[in-house]
Amino acid sequence: MDFLIFQIPILMVQASMDGILLGILFALIAYGMALQWGVMNIINIAQGELVILGGYIAYFMYMAGIHPAFGVIVSPIVMYFVGWGLYKTIIFRVVDRDLFISILATFGISILTQQLMNFVFGSDVVVAQSNFGTTMLFNSMVTLPNSKIFAAVVSVIFAMLLVLYMRRSKLGRAIRATAQNARAAKILGVDTESVYAATFGINAALCGVAGALIAITFTLHPYVGLPYTVRSFMIVIIAGLGNLPAVALSGMGLGVFEEFSDYILGTEFRIAAVFLLLVLILVYRRFKLARKREYLK
Amino acid sequence: MDLFKKIFSIFAAISFFVSLALPAQAKVEGDTIILGAAVSLTGKYSTNGEHTQNGYNMAVQRINDMGGVTVGGKSYKFDIIYYDDESDSGRAAQLAERLIKQDGVQYMLGPYSSGLTKAMAPVTEENQIPMVEANGASRSLFTKGYKYLFAVLSAANQYLEVAIDLAVEKNGGNPVNIAMAFEQDAFSQDVRIGVVEAAERTGSTIIIDDKLPKELNDMAATLAKVKATKPDVLVVSGHSKGALTAIRQISEMKVDIPMLAMTHCDASKLAKQHGKNSEYALCAAQWHKTLSYSDSFFGDGQQFDKDFNDMFGYAPPYQAAESAAALLVYKAAFERANSFDKEKVRDALAQTDMQTFYGNIKFNDTGQNIAKPMVLFQVRCEGDVCANRVVAPTKWASHELVHPIPSWSTR
Repeated sequence: MDFLIFQIPILMVQASMDGILLGILFALIAYGMALQWGVMNIINIAQGELVILGGYIAYFMYMAGIHPAFGVIVSPIVMYFVGWGLYKTIIFRVVDRDLFISILATFGISILTQQLMNFVFGSDVVVAQSNFGTTMLFNSMVTLPNSKIFAAVVSVIFAMLLVLYMRRSKLGRAIRATAQNARAAKILGVDTESVYAATFGINAALCGVAGALIAITFTLHPYVGLPYTVRSFMIVIIAGLGNLPAVALSGMGLGVFEEFSDYILGTEFRIAAVFLLLVLILVYRRFKLARKREYLK
Repeated sequence: MDLFKKIFSIFAAISFFVSLALPAQAKVEGDTIILGAAVSLTGKYSTNGEHTQNGYNMAVQRINDMGGVTVGGKSYKFDIIYYDDESDSGRAAQLAERLIKQDGVQYMLGPYSSGLTKAMAPVTEENQIPMVEANGASRSLFTKGYKYLFAVLSAANQYLEVAIDLAVEKNGGNPVNIAMAFEQDAFSQDVRIGVVEAAERTGSTIIIDDKLPKELNDMAATLAKVKATKPDVLVVSGHSKGALTAIRQISEMKVDIPMLAMTHCDASKLAKQHGKNSEYALCAAQWHKTLSYSDSFFGDGQQFDKDFNDMFGYAPPYQAAESAAALLVYKAAFERANSFDKEKVRDALAQTDMQTFYGNIKFNDTGQNIAKPMVLFQVRCEGDVCANRVVAPTKWASHELVHPIPSWSTR
C-alpha cells in the first residue's frame, strides 16, 4: 500500500487524465469487438493481433518517411480488406457453429498472425515517432503527451462516424437487423453473408485505427496483442453488447481504476486489480439476474 | 497392403536400432568435433537467436581457418548441429535430450536467454555433458550447484550495480535516493537484486520500487511518481520493450532526473529508434567494441566489429560477441585437456583463465565468469546521430559521464 497519491493530490489529476485517455483508446477496440460479437456471436481472440498488424502498417509508413499519424487513414482501409479476407477464408465456416468452435478458430488465427508478423517484421520492439510534443497543465505538474490526446480525439471521431454510419446507411441498417435476428433479416432479403463479411471488416478497420494510434503512443511487437484482446473483452463484458456510451464509459472507468490501483496497490497489482473488479462485476450481475428471475415467477 | 506393412515395420525396427546405436559413437567424427546447440530461430527471441547463431558460426569458421583445435598432435575442426527451439523452454529441454540421446552430442553450446538456458541446464547436468553458454545471465543458474555449466558472461545482478556506485560517487560519496522499475521476469528481477544490494552497501534509500507486469507497456504512473518525488537516479529494466517505453514516456512527460540507468539499450536500438530523446541514458552492456581486450583469433573489439559486419552485414550486438567467445573457451579447453573425454574437458573448462576479445574469462566453482566487469555506456548525440559511448569503468571510458542530465527545458 502506498499513499503517495493522497499526499500529493495533483497526482490524482494526472492519474485520472492518463486513465481517461488510455480508456478511450481501449474503448475503440472494445467497440469493434462488441459490434462483431453482437452481430456474429463470435468472440474474436485475434482482436489484439489485428490491432498490432494495424500498428505495423503505420510503422512502415513512418519508416517510408510519411508521418505515422496518417496511419489512422491508411491502416483502417488496409485492415478492412484483411478482415474481409479473413471472413471469406475462415470465419464464414464457423459463424453458425457454437462459441467454442469460433473461439478455437480465432485463437488459431491469433497464433498464425503472431508468427507471420514475427517472420515478416522481425521480433524487435519498434516505435514510431509522432513528435507531437507535450501539454503541460498546473504549472507543469501534470503532463499530457499530445500523442495520447491525439489518440483519444481520433478514437472519439471514429466511434462517432461509425454510430452515424450504423444509423444512416443501408448497410448499417442491415447490420443492425442481422444483429437482432439473422433469420428474419435473411427472410426479408438481407444478404447476411455480406453483412457478416462487412462487419468483420469494420471491426478489423477499427483495430487498424487503434493500432496506428498505439504505434505512436506505445510500442509494437508481434507478441503484445493479447493484452489488447483481454482488455477489450473485459470492457465488453462490463458494458454489454450494442451500447456505445456504456462501452466508452466502461473503457474510461477501467482506465482510471487501473491507474489508481497502480498508485495505491503498486504497479504489480494493477492488472490483478482490474481482473478482481471483473470478477466482482460478474458476480454482481449474476445476483441481479437471479433476482429478476425470482421476480418473474 | 500387408507387404507394405511388413516393409514399414522392418524399416521402423531398423531405424529404432540405429537410433539406439547412435549415442554410442563419440561425437568426434573423423577430424570434426561436433558441438550441439538449440537456438531460437523462430518465435519471440528469433532476432537474438540469430545473433547467437551468427556469433557461433563466425567463431567456428575463424577457428577452423586458423588451424582448428589440436588434440593429441592432430588438428580437428569444429562443427555445430543446430536445432530451432522456437523460443520455447519446453522445446529447448526436449532438444537438449535429442542432441544428447539421439545425435550423441558430448559438448553443448547454450541457447539464447536465461529462461531457455534454465530449461536446458538440468538435462545437460543429468547427462554430465559440459555446456558453455553465452546468453543466460540469470543468477539462479549459478545457485543450483551445476558442475557442467559454464557462462562466459557476467550474471544479471551485476548489470546495474555499477550505476548505483556511480550515482553515489557523483553525489560526493553520500547515499542517494533510488527510484526503480523492473519487469516481473527472472532476468529483470535478478538485476533488481543487484541494485538492492548496491543500495544496502552504499546506505542509499529506495523510494520507488515498482514491479512492472509483463504485459504492461505503460509506465506513466511510475514516471509521475518519479516526477513528484525527485530521486537521484532512476533504474529501469524490462527488456527492449521496457527501455523503449521508458524513453518514450520520460521524454513525453518531461521527467527530469539526474541519472537514468537501463538495460537492453543495445538490443532495442534505443539510440536509433528514439534519437535525441534517448540522449544521456546510461546502459549496462556485457561488451562494447571499444574495450581494449584482444586475442589471437579475432584481434580486438574493433576488428571483431569490422569482420562481423563484413560477414553478416550488421554491427555485432554483444549477444554475438559473447557467443563467439564461447567457442574460444571450448577450443582452449580441448587443447588443455588434450583429450575428448568429457570429464577431462569439463575439468579443463573449469580451469579456464584467459583473455578473449570479449573480455577476461575465469570461472568460479559455480561456472560463473568472475573476471569480466560489466560496462556502462551513455547515449550521446552529435547533431542527429546518436551513439553509445563507454563511460565506466573508468579504465575503458572513451567519454566523460554527463551528470546530472540537463533538464528537458534546456534540451
